[in-house]
Amino acid sequence: MKLTPTTKRVAVGLLAAALPLSMAACTKGASSSSGGAGGELTMWTHNAGNKAELAAITTIVNDYNKSQSKYKVKIQAFPQDSYNQSVVAAAASKKLPCILDIDGPNVPNWAWAGYLAPLDGLDATLSKYLPTVLGKWDNKTYSYGYYDVALVMVTRKTILDKYGIRVPTTDSPWTKDEFDAALKKIKASGDFQNPLDIATSFTGEWWPYAYSPMLQSFGGDLINRDGYKTAEGSLNGPKAVEWATWFRSLVTDGLVPLKSGADPAKDFINGKTAILYNGTWTAVDTRKAFGKDTLFLPPPDLGTGPKIGGGSWQWGISQNCSDQAGALDYMKFAAQDKYVASVARDTNNIPATDAAAAQVKGYEKGGENEIFLDYAKKFALLRPVTPGYPFIATEFTKTAQDILNGADPKQALDQAVKNIDANQKSNGYFQ
Amino acid sequence: MNATPTGPVTDIAAGTGTVAGTGTLAHVAETAVPEHHRGGERPHPARAGLGLLLRIVLCLVFGLPLLFMVVSSFKPDLQIFDDLGSWKAFLPTGDISADNYTGVFDRVPFAQFMMNSVIITVVTVVLGILVNSMAAFALARIGFKGGGIVLGIILATLIVPFETLALPLLWWANQLPFLGPDGFSQGWLDTYQVQIIPFIANAFSIFLFYQYFDSIPKELDEAAKVDGAGWFRIYRSIVMPLSGPAIATVAILTFLPMWNQYLWPLMSVQTEELRPVMVGIDYFKQLNTSWGQIMAYATMITAPVLILFIAFQRSFINSMASSGVKG
Repeated sequence: MKLTPTTKRVAVGLLAAALPLSMAACTKGASSSSGGAGGELTMWTHNAGNKAELAAITTIVNDYNKSQSKYKVKIQAFPQDSYNQSVVAAAASKKLPCILDIDGPNVPNWAWAGYLAPLDGLDATLSKYLPTVLGKWDNKTYSYGYYDVALVMVTRKTILDKYGIRVPTTDSPWTKDEFDAALKKIKASGDFQNPLDIATSFTGEWWPYAYSPMLQSFGGDLINRDGYKTAEGSLNGPKAVEWATWFRSLVTDGLVPLKSGADPAKDFINGKTAILYNGTWTAVDTRKAFGKDTLFLPPPDLGTGPKIGGGSWQWGISQNCSDQAGALDYMKFAAQDKYVASVARDTNNIPATDAAAAQVKGYEKGGENEIFLDYAKKFALLRPVTPGYPFIATEFTKTAQDILNGADPKQALDQAVKNIDANQKSNGYFQ
Repeated sequence: MNATPTGPVTDIAAGTGTVAGTGTLAHVAETAVPEHHRGGERPHPARAGLGLLLRIVLCLVFGLPLLFMVVSSFKPDLQIFDDLGSWKAFLPTGDISADNYTGVFDRVPFAQFMMNSVIITVVTVVLGILVNSMAAFALARIGFKGGGIVLGIILATLIVPFETLALPLLWWANQLPFLGPDGFSQGWLDTYQVQIIPFIANAFSIFLFYQYFDSIPKELDEAAKVDGAGWFRIYRSIVMPLSGPAIATVAILTFLPMWNQYLWPLMSVQTEELRPVMVGIDYFKQLNTSWGQIMAYATMITAPVLILFIAFQRSFINSMASSGVKG
């Protein structure tokens, strides 16, 4: 078969394009990303595409670079959705930057794996931070964060009033019976597609972050925190089975959709949902839609008091940074209250220190966001502080999904315990 | 079935008409006979209707998601979700604007990502055609001892998924030296070449070329040799010009995965200036996801591929059909 004139033109065009492109390809790139050389400290952040937070971090970096001449911090931003994969790949090729941010529950694992170096000499400064924004392992602090987020039940006062449902408070949250009755009442009205949306369409860390506090409120846990050697009794004891049975009943009773929409907050704003279980990051949009009618309620007390997950994005330094002193110097500079305040303000999150909270509108005494700080202080529980956490999180996610889809609660939890225990043991309990 | 002959047209197709025995009969039959008359039978109306219905359904299955993507790219987030569950999701109704597109340019360096993808894809396609066709030529035409074993080993690599190789490949990429304009450097990470070179040699492309080259009569080589041609001349002037369909197929099969590269650049590239378009989509997945912007971005990165496909639709279909590859 002969080449047609069109094919020939395309082939010649491609070749012509490929030559200069090949030259460009060979000449561009090859920049080093591991930090520390020549006073340059490379910093990685998960904020690509998140203009507000990236701008806040850039301001801190610019201030630091102007404040001294010995070091120069250079930011490289990665998209959040794939940030962890990028870091793990860089660690595998020993190309980690000097300074990086980390999702809180991953800190023990990354510290144990040798990615992170402890933040020595920052104890006094960090003693003023919320305990949940500090990444610790083996009695050492590896990271600090500028903010925390809180889980809340978002609804509207007019909805609760319409169905005669009490507005719960921090000191007097809904009991389990009250919560169940409220959902059934809303369901019976037929006014909403979903009485409650717990965002089951979210993936990844959302499942352990959002649903393990419910398990903990029942009296169970992901693992026995005394030594972190076994999940036996914690994740498959009577309280855990009770949680799993209740969790499944939310779906079978039609109170919660088995699979939420792609964006549950938007479904709530569009009036499809009466109560939304989500994070404080939904506050801006929901307030914009409903103004003062919006309520951010504490999660219900399912037995041992309301519980929410603690720990958000935090900053640390890598062990392979060739200028640890420089990285630590930046970390000390960046830990000032004014930066905690500016990052929390720009991201609409809970400031990590009281001094910063006083500077952020809404978090001052009596401010509309003060309740979020209250929830973080009173109800937050850190996810298990063990390097085995990523495995536990994956196992819990799989198990909770199986339970929602109808698996036998006891059997599913027993299997999860077996797998988690085997992982902890095979890693020598991360000693 | 209606088997009624249709006069002279049928005669030509059957080789009994006025042009019978001219040597160009098949061509005449191809061009002169309307498709539905070939074989001398009209399709049963019910069968034709069913075929049409099936085609419409297939069009909807593949076309509606694209339509949804384009239409949603002009709607605000809340409206996208409000319209779900009704036909309005596919119609440009409500608050239509280009805000999502301006939002995309505000959020990601789109032109940079696009240029990176074009560079990576075009260079890989062109070099892939050269390298793989040469390898296949050696195996199919030159013939050397152990050629079959070499081909077997190349084909065996097809069963190894890329995810298995990703980490070792990353390690290797970090160790390899590279000779550039600034002399030798070590480690390929965070460069264009790390996104191109590992994907040039491709077992499937070699196999496709091998199959095609093998079907070209060997007598052509003999004739060329008699005229004094060497192997490279035979490759360049005889085999490659006859291999248009194979070249087009390999180009398409290399282009699509390269344009869609995600995992490897995620692992091997750290600076924003070198990222391809697919990694850019992660920029929009935040706690408060901007779905309208995702749709706008997806529309913008899909458009070049669609335009390319529509422009060369006939060549693509021909090449797929003649090289026996199902898309």
